[in-house]
Amino acid sequence: MPFRRYVEVGRVCMVNFGPMYGKLVVVVDIIDQNRALVDFTGMERQQINYKRLSLTDITIDIPKAASKKELRAAIEAAEVQSKWEASSWGRKLLIQKKRAALTDFERFKIATARSQKAKAVKKALA
Amino acid sequence: MAEATAPKSYSLDAVKKPLKRARVNRPSKLRTSITPGTVLIILAGRDKGKRVVFLKQLESGLLLVTGPFKVNRVPLRRVNQRYVIATSTKVDVSGSDVAKFDDSYFAGEQKKKEKKSEGEFFETEKKEKKVVSQARKDDQAAVDDKILAAVASEPLLKEYLSARFSLTSGDKPHRMQF
Repeated sequence: MPFRRYVEVGRVCMVNFGPMYGKLVVVVDIIDQNRALVDFTGMERQQINYKRLSLTDITIDIPKAASKKELRAAIEAAEVQSKWEASSWGRKLLIQKKRAALTDFERFKIATARSQKAKAVKKALA
Repeated sequence: MAEATAPKSYSLDAVKKPLKRARVNRPSKLRTSITPGTVLIILAGRDKGKRVVFLKQLESGLLLVTGPFKVNRVPLRRVNQRYVIATSTKVDVSGSDVAKFDDSYFAGEQKKKEKKSEGEFFETEKKEKKVVSQARKDDQAAVDDKILAAVASEPLLKEYLSARFSLTSGDKPHRMQF
């Protein structure tokens, strides 16, 4: 099977390990066969191992080693955040976060709603 | 040197020295997550799993809670802070007056040990049915009325307090937010 997503300058990735877990970053330059230079709005430019990156389908148009200003402009132009939240992967992560933050009362309300829905479905099918 | 600390005479009887730091009983520190009106989950005892409303901390350190009784059959009762999970759900209990309740209110009656006659000795123990005094019931109603009104105003809160908490497959209590 051919690869579909490539590590390249401008590839948006999600960090899947470490203190930056869950954050989106953009590959700004390739350092060597193991590491890339990544950056995003709200973080310091830093090196990261490819093993910690999960590639997404989103790419943006930036020159190699783009400045922070150029990067920010390109991210806004490509609407990375909204594309991410619209994707099924991004939506799943949001739902996971929401579920983890539910209080006991909210969990109860959801469980009640689910059982009521199931009862309604059963009744309709009967 | 040694002259300053050596006593003038040594007593032959062993003299007990009182401890310099006498132990003082202080009530346990109340967790910041527990405030009047917090819904608590009781973890042990006959009411384990039940969600109750916290009223105040008594001098002994125990927590005064109520079901409310009509909702989940938990009366005004004391509960240890350690056997409780505090949820983030709060109920408005400002309408209820709980100043009169303290530890002596809950102190059990001293039972007199009756001497059994020979005939009675071989009989199986008769268990006397515990009767709740009318005063207790009145106190319960007085406290619960305002709380029930507050509970009724929030949708599904009454059902929430009537249900018991339990863990099911896949639940990770250390990762759950309460």
